[in-house]
Amino acid sequence: MKQYFKNIYSSIATILIGMGITLKHVFYKSVTIQYPEQKLQLPERERNRLFVNMDDCIGCDQCAKACPVSCIDIETIKAVPGDIVGKTGLTSQGKKKALFVPKFTIDLAKCCYCQLCVFPCPTECIYMTEVYEFSSFKRDELLYEFTDMTPEMAVEKRKKAEEYAIEQAKKKEETAKLAATKKATEPKTPDIAKTEIKKDTES
Amino acid sequence: MDQFLINIFGDNIIKDIIIPVPVLIWVSVFALGAVLAERKISAFMQDRIGPNRTGKWGILQTIMDVVKLFQKEFVTPIRSNKILFRTAPYLVFTAAFLGYAVLPFSSVYIGVDLNLGLFYFFAITSLGVMGLLLAGWSSNNKYSLYGGLRSVAQIVSYEIPTALSALSVVMIAGTLSMQKFCVLQGGGIQNWYIFGGPGGISRLIMIPFLLSSALILFISTLAETNRTPFDIPEADSELVAGVHLEYSGMMFAMFFFAEYAQMFAVSGIITTLFFGGWQSPFGDLIPFLNSPVMQIFWFLIKGLFFVFVQIWLRWTLPRVRVDQLMIICWKYMIPLAFINLFAIGLYLVL
Repeated sequence: MKQYFKNIYSSIATILIGMGITLKHVFYKSVTIQYPEQKLQLPERERNRLFVNMDDCIGCDQCAKACPVSCIDIETIKAVPGDIVGKTGLTSQGKKKALFVPKFTIDLAKCCYCQLCVFPCPTECIYMTEVYEFSSFKRDELLYEFTDMTPEMAVEKRKKAEEYAIEQAKKKEETAKLAATKKATEPKTPDIAKTEIKKDTES
Repeated sequence: MDQFLINIFGDNIIKDIIIPVPVLIWVSVFALGAVLAERKISAFMQDRIGPNRTGKWGILQTIMDVVKLFQKEFVTPIRSNKILFRTAPYLVFTAAFLGYAVLPFSSVYIGVDLNLGLFYFFAITSLGVMGLLLAGWSSNNKYSLYGGLRSVAQIVSYEIPTALSALSVVMIAGTLSMQKFCVLQGGGIQNWYIFGGPGGISRLIMIPFLLSSALILFISTLAETNRTPFDIPEADSELVAGVHLEYSGMMFAMFFFAEYAQMFAVSGIITTLFFGGWQSPFGDLIPFLNSPVMQIFWFLIKGLFFVFVQIWLRWTLPRVRVDQLMIICWKYMIPLAFINLFAIGLYLVL
């Protein structure tokens, strides 16, 4: 019997306490942040969308190697001497750029925002921006291309590089031949077999 | 008012058509406002903002919702009992709206001043159970049927404490006419039945009994309108939406409409029985405040206060279990209602 009245008392009392709390909260300031209009301040060292400053990129491929999910894809073409890479051929710190970068893609659909690619970069050209709203309807749209070279330019440079490589190879061959003939004309050394083999391989 | 309208139109039938129109308008406006208020109050209680996109502070939100519901298709499940399925929402709303016939909005404005007004109210509003059961049954969906059965079990059980606690006031007043309840409580706040009604100093003995009677009436009417904490017929988390699960578009809105109409109707009953109905709390000290137009204001204000308490409770308490629901009704509220009844009867006899 005692318990019965205790139950009534406790239920009424606890309901009143609860109602008091909810009524108090009516007058509290709301904690809602009206997201698209109002944004939270980003925390320190936040990690968002990657960006590559191609003016500074030397095509060293270190970021692609560091990436744990292989979302960075880089292709490079060697620059022919006398050819200027980019606008000036130099990074902002004055380093010489020796490689064209016709392809520098980051697949942000794969990216895990670990920031591991940022630290190895010798020229600090790959970094995190403050953009974090870049959702899209197609997955292809998340494949970001950063290079400033057009495909035609890339074809041209590749051709040039190939020609230069062939030229270089020819030159090398010639010099090698020259050296070989030089060697052949020179008085015979006791080690004949060795020169014989060398000749075979060269031809 | 009746005589006035008959004099204007010279006909009883036109009067009968005109009398419910303001009530229907009020119910519609109230339902729109209450849904918005419910969402806003719940938001404030949870430190949120609530709807704020349509119009200033989102005040057009419910109007937009209704516009949306009008555009929606009304889907009838293929295996449902189509006639009953279509009838049920109207039955629920009709039952809720018929209760308004005896609500005394003012000393001159009442649908019909029956001498059995209170009895009529409880009889007609419990007719809504039929609609809920029909809706649950005809949907041919297990969740709907569960919801319907639960709401029937709940409303039938809670009819008893409702009637018993209302009876305690009926015993003091000696009438069942809604208009008479209000007239008897005239002359200021101290004459309201919650404070023992008009009479000598000895009436103060009855205050605890009447207070608990009012509380029981409030709780049981809360259960009859299927509001939280007694919303197990709807039970979003277990029965999806109970009886309105298969309904869409305006048929769904009809159920909502009925629920909110009933919310104000039961608040009106509590107001009439315990809080003076349309009487101004200042009595006849300031005659202007007790003029027929101001009486409407007082009645609506008191009714809206209880609607607010219902909303307030909804966002404070979790839902009770089925067994808890029955325990509250049969083990606590019915015995207490009987004790009140006996105590008040004893006082009146002595």
